[in-house]
Amino acid sequence: MDPVPATGLLAVSWLLIALPLAGAAVLLLGGRRTDRWGHLLGIATVTASFVLAVLCTVELAGTSGRSVGVDLFTFISTGRLDVSAGLLVDPLSMTFALLITGVGALIHVYSVGYMAHDPARRRFFAYLNLFVAAMLLLVLGNSFVALYVGWEGVGLASYLLIAFWYTRPAAATAAKKAFIMNRVGDVGLALAIFLMFTQLGTTSYAGVLGSVGLLAGGTVTAIGLLLLLGACGKSGQFPLQAWLPDAMEGPTPVSALIHAATMVTAGVYLIARSAPIFDAAPVAQTVVVVIGAITIMIGAIAGCAYDDIKKVLAWSTVSQIGYMFLAVGLGPIGYAAGIAHLLTHGFFKAGLFLGAGSVMHGMGDQTDMRRFGGLATKMKTTFVTFGLGYLALIGFPFLSGYWTKDAIIEAAFDRGGVSGYLLGGVAVLGAGLTAFYMTRLMLLTFFGKPRWEDGVHPHESPAVMTLPMVVLAVGSVAAGFVLVQLAPLADWLAPVFGEPEEAAAPAIPPLVVSVLVTVVVALGALTAWVFVGRREVPTTAPARVSLPVRAARNALYADRVNEAVFMRPGMWLTRALLWVDDRGVDGVVNGIGTGLGGSSSRLGRAQTGFVRSYALGMLGGAVLVAGALLAVTAG
Amino acid sequence: MTLTNYLVLAAILFTIGAVGVLVRRNAIVVFMCIELMLNSVNLTLVTFARANGSVDGQVIAFFVMVVAAAEVVIGLAIIMSIYRTRRSASVDDANLLKY
Amino acid sequence: MGAGIEIGTAETVVFWILGPIALAGALGMVFARNAVHSALFLVNTMLALGVFYVVQEAPFLGAVQIIVYTGAIMILFLFVLMLVGRDSSDSVVETLRGQRVAATVLGVGFAGLVGAGIARATEGMTVVGLEGVQGGAGGAADGNIEAIARLLFTRYLLAFEVTSALLITAAVGAMVLAHIEREPGSRLTQKERSRARFLTADHPQTLPGPGVYARANSIAAPGRLPDGSPSEASYATGVEPQVVDELPAADHTGGGPDAALGTTRGASS
Repeated sequence: MDPVPATGLLAVSWLLIALPLAGAAVLLLGGRRTDRWGHLLGIATVTASFVLAVLCTVELAGTSGRSVGVDLFTFISTGRLDVSAGLLVDPLSMTFALLITGVGALIHVYSVGYMAHDPARRRFFAYLNLFVAAMLLLVLGNSFVALYVGWEGVGLASYLLIAFWYTRPAAATAAKKAFIMNRVGDVGLALAIFLMFTQLGTTSYAGVLGSVGLLAGGTVTAIGLLLLLGACGKSGQFPLQAWLPDAMEGPTPVSALIHAATMVTAGVYLIARSAPIFDAAPVAQTVVVVIGAITIMIGAIAGCAYDDIKKVLAWSTVSQIGYMFLAVGLGPIGYAAGIAHLLTHGFFKAGLFLGAGSVMHGMGDQTDMRRFGGLATKMKTTFVTFGLGYLALIGFPFLSGYWTKDAIIEAAFDRGGVSGYLLGGVAVLGAGLTAFYMTRLMLLTFFGKPRWEDGVHPHESPAVMTLPMVVLAVGSVAAGFVLVQLAPLADWLAPVFGEPEEAAAPAIPPLVVSVLVTVVVALGALTAWVFVGRREVPTTAPARVSLPVRAARNALYADRVNEAVFMRPGMWLTRALLWVDDRGVDGVVNGIGTGLGGSSSRLGRAQTGFVRSYALGMLGGAVLVAGALLAVTAG
Repeated sequence: MTLTNYLVLAAILFTIGAVGVLVRRNAIVVFMCIELMLNSVNLTLVTFARANGSVDGQVIAFFVMVVAAAEVVIGLAIIMSIYRTRRSASVDDANLLKY
Repeated sequence: MGAGIEIGTAETVVFWILGPIALAGALGMVFARNAVHSALFLVNTMLALGVFYVVQEAPFLGAVQIIVYTGAIMILFLFVLMLVGRDSSDSVVETLRGQRVAATVLGVGFAGLVGAGIARATEGMTVVGLEGVQGGAGGAADGNIEAIARLLFTRYLLAFEVTSALLITAAVGAMVLAHIEREPGSRLTQKERSRARFLTADHPQTLPGPGVYARANSIAAPGRLPDGSPSEASYATGVEPQVVDELPAADHTGGGPDAALGTTRGASS
């Protein structure tokens, strides 16, 4: 099923990437001259990309095989390596393109209001455009190299946007943390690409994925695990999850677009795109599901303990992406479910972040939920949209999350055996915890008595901000039903993952699973109400808490583990290397230099200026030569 | 008595000249020592010319004399100009070119 | 080629007489404190070498050695010695530490090595001799000078010409080196010199020659100044001034000799 050459509108699908890229270039190079209309240009390019993506999708649906290749130019051509830059337009990439441009356009609109008072708003839109372009390249590229270029591009944009307020030390540190932890994953991705090249001589999807069968089992497993490392880094999965909550130092629209809806799901895209590799490497697949399950729990547990509204949402993101990893790790039955959850999650989590941004906007950039309370009446639109997103996230029946998350949990149970029950159990437990921490967030923020700081007057955000929230709320409500029941995503993605196969005999009937999950979710929400909603909420977090809570507040000590396992030995190694460099290498170099200098100044003493000394040397040399001659002839 | 006697004599004269260059400080005497060395070489050339039955050695010795004459002229002129500026003919006094 | 020639007794005697003389001259040159003595010792050695050349069938070279080398070049040496270094005898103290010891050791070593090498290399060497080339006592070939000239103007013609260039270069170089550049105009003209003499000196004219004012014919009589007084400067050293019979001073009423000569001293007195 090779991609067919592009015709018609699809031949210009490169405009999808070029438009935001041009926007970014104009805004970055234009400088202050573009300050007045820069944000409008940013919106225009992304919106145009979205319209184009919709048209392309429609056209793609009409083509047979639904897989179109667009050759652009030869990127690298040397020896055996021949990387041509090209696009692969197929259902998977277009799904992502729609998500990126659609949610991206909404968030651009929202940002106009959110960043209205920021003097660097133009720069913000330039970075956002850059991000959209890089993300589109990531999903549309037709080879792993193109994906890698986009992968690094979104990493750069993420870094720039987290550190957007670079004068704040916390933001600068968080950006560096995100960048460095992403590098760890990127190394894995790069190594995987190297391995593909050395083993197969190509890096294009068609070439690599079509010839996985030619590789030895160990090589495939290695490639899979390295790809997984890259995916973990980008998607904030265990053990590289610690950067994502810190990334919330960036502006809230960034958190919504990059760190909730799109970039962090790139890992899921990578694994889904590399499906044939993982299908051929059961070990790697198992590792994927295990990591997904672990991350679900880490994110959910940490989310329960934080008081910062954005960090709770960030941990929730970590946890939800864990679900997606779990899904795509389950193999063919999970890909579509994982992508579907990715899409719905993109809607409701972006909506939740925008809601959180709206709350912060109204509360004077306060993020501590203990300082909120009773906002439901003050910010009605925000409350309603946020509430819908909340219900979708926890899996309230018939909203988005219900459809997609249940599909994943069912798939987990369908895996069968002990592992199936284990994974399913973790997923269900995660759903309950999700309900707990999200209900706690809702209660702390919108209900109860106001615990506002003095001088804060909550007010609803302007329409330019609420409108995207409304749109996303609609998506949160309807997307799941549309994607699972009305127009099943699995059918749409069939050209990529193959026809969805009906589970012959589900281990547990879907109805039972749905009921079970709903009950657990209700229990979680109830628990939250019992612990949070009924009581007075202190404005400062209680210091005397039990051990599990303390661990959760510290995100299960992931940072400390990183420090102890990587940072300290790294520092020791650096110091040792520095010592070696200072004393050893520099010692040798300086020693040679000093030695030569000293010996030359001592030898220079032989240059006495007395001709007779030199003549003595000449005579000595003559004696040596004569002696040597004599010795040679005599010998 | 063989021609070796001449050659050994030449070697000894050469060595005396060389040692003279090393131990004498008067530039003119140093020059005379160099002349002695050249003369000893000439003796060697003449001796070998005779031994080999070829006049080439004598011609070379002739050239050596010419070159020695030129060298003496230039060298003495240099000594003159150094003496004019430094009021000394000692080779040790002209030792500015050093470390 | 033949079996070579024998070295005759006469030559042996000459060698054993002149060899030590040459050696002594060389050593004397090195050890003489006075540079002039060194030069004379070197002349001695060179003359001995010249004789050796003649003995070794190179009469032309021997003549050149004596005439050009010993005659011209060594005279040049002596000229320069007289100009610059005649009284700058070397001091006995060696300023460079270890120089003499090292020079001696190396010299002995060098002589030993080269001597041993020569002895080894020339052991049993056949002496061809030059009769076949330039004619000896009974040879029919041309003489020594013709043989040299034939080589010099055929095989060594280029080197010969180059040598002439070398000599010219050396001559010009020596002139340039020895020439003292003077500022144009720094040399006084005769007019300037005479004016300076009249302005500064108290006796611009020449001192009186003997006999101008003399009144006696004896060498013992002092010279007379124009005013008739005896000149101290005219007394010969080592000779006691004696009173000799002199003519009485002439009575010049119409002016003294000074007036006649137009000199100042007589006019002022």
